[in-house]
Amino acid sequence: MLHQVFSERKLSRALLCALGLSVLSFGSAFAADPIKVGAIVSATGPASFLGDPQEKTLHFYVDAINAAGGVAGRKIELLIYDDGSDAAKANSFTKRLIQQDHVDFIVGASTTGSTMAMVPLVGASKVPTLALGAGSVIVEPVKPYVFRMPHSDRLAAQKVLGDMKKKGITKFALLSDTGGYGKSGRNETQKMAASMGLTIVVDETYGERDADMTPLITHVKQSDAQALLMFGTGQAPAIITKNFRQLGLKIPLYATHGQASYEFIRLAGPAGEGVLMPSPALFVADQLPGGDPQKAVSMKYKADFEGKFKMDVSTFGGYGYDGLMMGLDAIKRAGSTDKDKVRDALEQTKNFVGISGIYTMSPTDHGGLDISAFRMVQIKSGKFVEVK
Amino acid sequence: MSTFLQYLFSGLTVGSIYALSALGFTIVYNARGIVNFAQGDFLMLGGMVTATLVPLGWSLPAAISVAVVVTVVCAALLQRFAIAPAGKADPVSLIIITIGASIFIQGIAQNAMGRNQHIVPSFSGDAPIHFLGASLLPQSLWAMGGAAALVAGVTWFFRGSLVGKGMQAMAINADAARLMGIRNGSMLLLAFCLSAFIGAVAGALAAPITTTVYDIGLPLGLKGFVGATLGGLGNGFGAVVGGLLLGIMEAMIAGYVSPAYKDAVPFVLIIVIMLVVPQGLFGSRVKDRV
Amino acid sequence: MKSHPTRDLLLTVAILAAIPLFVSNSYIYDVVIRIGLAAVAVIGLNILMGLAGQISIGHAAFVAGAAYTSAILTSVYHWPTIAAIPAAAAAMTVLALLLAVPMLRLNGHALTIATLGLGLIVQIVLVNEVAWTGGPDGLATPPLTIGGIAIDTDVRWYAVVATVLLIAMTLSRNLDRSAAGRALRTVRDSEIAASAAGIDTYRLKVRAFVVSAAFAAVAGALSGHYTGFITPDMTSFLKNVELATMVVVGGRGSTLGAVLGAALLTALPQLLGAYADYEMVVFGLILMMTMIFLPNGIVPSIAAKLQALKYIRGSGAKANAA
Repeated sequence: MLHQVFSERKLSRALLCALGLSVLSFGSAFAADPIKVGAIVSATGPASFLGDPQEKTLHFYVDAINAAGGVAGRKIELLIYDDGSDAAKANSFTKRLIQQDHVDFIVGASTTGSTMAMVPLVGASKVPTLALGAGSVIVEPVKPYVFRMPHSDRLAAQKVLGDMKKKGITKFALLSDTGGYGKSGRNETQKMAASMGLTIVVDETYGERDADMTPLITHVKQSDAQALLMFGTGQAPAIITKNFRQLGLKIPLYATHGQASYEFIRLAGPAGEGVLMPSPALFVADQLPGGDPQKAVSMKYKADFEGKFKMDVSTFGGYGYDGLMMGLDAIKRAGSTDKDKVRDALEQTKNFVGISGIYTMSPTDHGGLDISAFRMVQIKSGKFVEVK
Repeated sequence: MSTFLQYLFSGLTVGSIYALSALGFTIVYNARGIVNFAQGDFLMLGGMVTATLVPLGWSLPAAISVAVVVTVVCAALLQRFAIAPAGKADPVSLIIITIGASIFIQGIAQNAMGRNQHIVPSFSGDAPIHFLGASLLPQSLWAMGGAAALVAGVTWFFRGSLVGKGMQAMAINADAARLMGIRNGSMLLLAFCLSAFIGAVAGALAAPITTTVYDIGLPLGLKGFVGATLGGLGNGFGAVVGGLLLGIMEAMIAGYVSPAYKDAVPFVLIIVIMLVVPQGLFGSRVKDRV
Repeated sequence: MKSHPTRDLLLTVAILAAIPLFVSNSYIYDVVIRIGLAAVAVIGLNILMGLAGQISIGHAAFVAGAAYTSAILTSVYHWPTIAAIPAAAAAMTVLALLLAVPMLRLNGHALTIATLGLGLIVQIVLVNEVAWTGGPDGLATPPLTIGGIAIDTDVRWYAVVATVLLIAMTLSRNLDRSAAGRALRTVRDSEIAASAAGIDTYRLKVRAFVVSAAFAAVAGALSGHYTGFITPDMTSFLKNVELATMVVVGGRGSTLGAVLGAALLTALPQLLGAYADYEMVVFGLILMMTMIFLPNGIVPSIAAKLQALKYIRGSGAKANAA
């Protein structure tokens, strides 16, 4: 037992030391010259449909900008981590970005949950952060160092309900998922409906991973709803769409920008025909008039992304583009990477043409987008078409 | 009435998939006393490989066949390189090995086939079939019919074929079976391959309905596991009934009570049933021989 | 079997005190602190899984439950953290007792499923009760203060965690060496023999379950205040499996093994940093390899091999029967 204890102890010590040393070896010793951009995205896990295109976008444009000479003569160094759709990991990697990697600004995280896990840290260390999560809570209340790139769920609700009102609809059904996006979206939709004079007659939730939604659709069928709004991420809305057609409902079917992707069209198949949703200009860029300021940026992004990665361009990757570009633009305007100056420059952003829309930030608005950033699109013959 | 039927159809559809998953668990459990946590990933592979091949131009039957072959090979490798070397390890170690295998398979699938959702086209279109006021997708019939066919096939295999009877003998008493010339190692390999076959087909049947993604093995496997235990771990008939019951319970609760908590209820029910009838609905009372 | 509790204690204190000398920045402190917190929970789970031999893949429920309880007590009811953390631990201990009484009547796979169900049900509740828990987007937690001193620097947090870890390790080792520890191990090795020897196996198992939940709860409440933010994912299926895996990989029945298992699996995602794509592949491989080749866990397996070497070299004459 004596020897055993000693062997165990020595062994554990040796192993722990080896572990410690290997962890220590991650220190990076770099000159202050390059601009260090930190990023945390959910490249794997349930939110990978957000983080994977974001990761690809960030790598692509950092490489492209460096090849063209960098920003103000300085190269960009991208330090990007995958939080695996786990807020705890996002929290931990944020510490790493701030304490170990000494980044100048951060792009990320992909989900609201992960972003909120970063917020206390970036606030305490005063690191400008361009968040890629969609929750209203990210910028309400305004946090001095946090800005949000995606459209808010409130804007989506506003766009959809506005369209319903135009069609003369007064009662609708709401199906939302139990994830962050769905819960927050449900909240905003309820508030928006109340303020616009619409009534939600069916208000039910489902799990993001649910495989069959016919019981829910049956509830909708039995009600007097004149339209159905699905507020959710992932593949469930595609399943809802299929179940919707299966049960033969004919009322208008709306999704939100979480479904603005070719993936949704693919997953829903023929059942997706006719589905309406708010979307950034990206998918209808080729239909935009020549003078539209977003046309050039959107078409270039689409060509770049699809050319390099041989996969459909995505609005979610677009958030990553907006975050990176706006951050670099702020550095240019501030003339330095001093975090407070960059933060101020971000807050002074005016009419910045991004993929998601045209951003104008202010001390009271760290989201920067308004309803004009959304176009109402409809799926026709397997493509997105703008409807006025 | 038509609402009840609608929920029932919904429950039978997903229940058929759970039933097959449960059956896969049971076959391996009977052969070695292991709960194979990678069972759900067999379903995942069946769906994902099919979904990857179809857009490349493969026909549906060909794609499914390849998916099944890939899954069975995977299972064989798992048994040969992960389970067999573990020898007479205790159940906890074996469970952890299968969990490790499950995570490993997911990691490979994620890198090889991408992290996105994939869809498989419905086998015979999406035109709803109306029946007594409720409507059914053709794919649901495929799922239910496919499950029934597989269950019938497996039943015949165990009752009617020599190999199947050999596997049953091994489940009852491995040593005696070995004395009679039945090779335990080969039987175990066969058990894995059979459960993989069932899982892959189930996955392919389900993919048009649920869409498929690299980590769908987790919920499908868990629910199959719950179904198998509900029916009585080790009892094939019980597993199928357990899986169907679980699917129906889920649909009924989503329809009549609240969709939000529907995932919790099967687990709560399981705990209750475990306390009241721990051997499951159809399992036999286990008496420990001292 | 001679054991040297004093010497073990002093050695542990010395090593814990020495670690800060090797830590060069805040990020590494972060990893070390997370390892320490995980280790407390794993040591607790080891009492149930390693000593008593019962499988639980639902203990992360107590970790998360305590974290949320403490978070709500401090942010909604404005309790001081010094009161909230013990209260949260106590609440989880009571919950564990209520659950253990029916659950530990089950054996083998039935118990495993029941614990699995527990972990998932807690997650579902945390996700759905948005008014209390903030739902899937989680909850922010106030920082820890002890008697007016805010624990907001790395060194202070390290001191707190190291102290708690030391207490946990000492308690665990004491249990291991005691009669109760021997009784638990007898239950693990053969429940029938144990009850034939007059041990009330059911009560022992219940106690093991409750004690391990208490450890998990302390770890959970503390880590909630450390990270500043908690989400229901703390008790996801994978997290629950991870916790059980830490026990098994490090070494069931060994306190040091528990710490090692916690260290390995906590550091793994950090080490893989740039290769995150392959994290699952590597994690799965490690799990399988360890279980196949070192089925008792790393620490006992290697220690046993070293022990065997000593015997072969003939110095075993002095060694006593184990």
